[in-house]
Amino acid sequence: MKFVKDTAAEVFTLANDVEVDTIAAELPNLSVIALNFPKWVDGRAYSQARLLRTRYRFKGEIRATGEVLVDMLPLLQRTGFSEVQLRADQDEAAARHALEFFPIGHYQGDVNQPQPVFAR
Amino acid sequence: MYAYTDFDRQFVHARAAQFRSQLERNIAGTLTDDEFRPLRLQNGWYVQRHAPMLRVAVPYGALSSKQMRQLAKIAREYDHGYGHFTTRQNLQYNWIPLVKSADVMDLLADVDMHGIQTSGNCIRNITSDALAGVAVDEIVDPRPYAEILRQWSTLHPEFAFLPRKFKIAISGAEEDRAAITWHDIGLQLRKDDNGLVGFEVFVGGGMGRTPVIAQRINAFVPWQQILVYLEAIVRVYNLHGRRDNLYKARIKILVKAEGQRFFDDVNAEFARILADDAGGHEQLITQAELDRVAASFTVPANVQPLAAQDIHAHAGGAYKRWLERNVHPHRISGYRGVTLSLKRPGQAPGDATDAQMDAAADLADRYSSGELRVSHDQNLVLPWVRESDLPELFAAAREASFATPNIGLLTDMIACPGGDFCALANARSIPVAAAITERFDDLDELYDIGDIDLHISGCINSCGHHHSGHIGILGVDKDGSEWYQITLGGSDGSDLSGAPQPGKVIGPSFAADEVPDVIESLIQTYRASREAGERFTDTVRRIGLDPFKGPANAQRTLTGAAADAGTKELA
Repeated sequence: MKFVKDTAAEVFTLANDVEVDTIAAELPNLSVIALNFPKWVDGRAYSQARLLRTRYRFKGEIRATGEVLVDMLPLLQRTGFSEVQLRADQDEAAARHALEFFPIGHYQGDVNQPQPVFAR
Repeated sequence: MYAYTDFDRQFVHARAAQFRSQLERNIAGTLTDDEFRPLRLQNGWYVQRHAPMLRVAVPYGALSSKQMRQLAKIAREYDHGYGHFTTRQNLQYNWIPLVKSADVMDLLADVDMHGIQTSGNCIRNITSDALAGVAVDEIVDPRPYAEILRQWSTLHPEFAFLPRKFKIAISGAEEDRAAITWHDIGLQLRKDDNGLVGFEVFVGGGMGRTPVIAQRINAFVPWQQILVYLEAIVRVYNLHGRRDNLYKARIKILVKAEGQRFFDDVNAEFARILADDAGGHEQLITQAELDRVAASFTVPANVQPLAAQDIHAHAGGAYKRWLERNVHPHRISGYRGVTLSLKRPGQAPGDATDAQMDAAADLADRYSSGELRVSHDQNLVLPWVRESDLPELFAAAREASFATPNIGLLTDMIACPGGDFCALANARSIPVAAAITERFDDLDELYDIGDIDLHISGCINSCGHHHSGHIGILGVDKDGSEWYQITLGGSDGSDLSGAPQPGKVIGPSFAADEVPDVIESLIQTYRASREAGERFTDTVRRIGLDPFKGPANAQRTLTGAAADAGTKELA
């Protein structure tokens, strides 16, 4: 997971109420897609990221923007985000630490580990 | 009982450690209360009227005696000595200080338990039939599937922050004893003409302000595909469910608003996961996985078919009544399921003290292969009782206060903790339940009244399932005082209750002191109007609400003026 500070010019932002399908044709031209969390408890972007990776095979960066908090990191990582722009008051070391609690993995498959535990 | 693997065990300990770390950050001031809130909720920790409330998950209601003893220990050492079993088969504590919460999570993890996703806007504890695996009308044992669903939904990364809470119930029997169509998703196990197992899937049910019965979205999803089908439903909901209004955020509102388009979206999403998605097929449940999980749910080794006995021969008095009400048929010859009633004078419905929990664990060890169930109507069930042990069990259960022979009767009511504990409640439930229990303390009268579902909720969140009660009582707040709206004719979908439906309001709200009189008048109207063999709910269905309204409204001693003013409000 890469921690980024500013919004680069080449970032394409997809609002969380827009269907991923609507940008399917443009995906080959995009290198970074920003998915937004207007509130951190609004979980739509997790589904968007997962679809970008598993359905559209998007290989570029997916960046989490908006209200991005430390404890979202495990979910972001597992749904296919590769970059996070933490909310300004959030601590990067704490965010890295938040990724360390489940070294044994999880039950269901995710973007990084498509196999559920029963299929491994 | 599902036997935890090393993975399962490490997983709940990892979750407990993660929670401890979050709690420490909260105490240190680096994680604000507001931002800690959704995290603690997803571990079962609410902040309530007096103290935090912990809701412990009891997956599909199954408990071992060892787990029950640990729950008793936590009640004794961390709470004020009791817990409350809920309609979603969970256990709640009301008095544990938040600073001790991480210690309690460790104690739970030690016995393969947790509070994961018992609250929050995520997929909640999967509920099921308390008689699963022993019911005579079972088509397919739902427990292996419930466990596979539990694992799939646990810390699902995509579905941790849905628009609103999400509840799934699963039934594998002819009779629905899990109120499945009152859930966001209801799953009914079926066998097709070739004997293949699959799920009839219902979606969009729920209680709350807008009671809705779930609609059938698919008649038969093969069991191998059920996780994919659930993913399709929950993804469509996650992306399209309303987030602008808390009261319109449940999936039932989306299903109602979109109708067929919602069904089409789900079925298209399901097809695309299997056709297009990397890893889509990996989620198909394998025969090996079903076999692995199902191996935990075989009949206990010491349970062997025995010659069936005529248990009612020579039975008399209190024992006879207990056999009639609290003892259930069993699929294995010579065995019975037995309900330990948690409905008795002097204790709130569903409550058990630490000593009672220990006693229930002892009974489970002696008479039920160490296994218990929590039922949807807030009692405990011993699923593996030998018929020859029934007289001894009756004596022991009576000693431990569990033998009230009232299962299915008026005093076997469902009630939420209400305003005595819950910060959401508008009104108290427990004193109303107590007053009704006191009023109907005559067993002969209770027997004459017969089968009836009385459900009490302290607010419109409907934790006490008032919508589905034959008689429903809902606490409402008007001008800062407690009032109670009464409904008739609700159904949870059981054989007795008929097609699931919400009850209808009989008139303006009543004052707390009027409620027992109103209930009594409803019962009197039924007794005066019933035809031979008719249960309360049958009579309501046949004659409608009107004959009940006059006598009920005649009980108003405090709300006469309200009755006139309230007609407008109800229109």
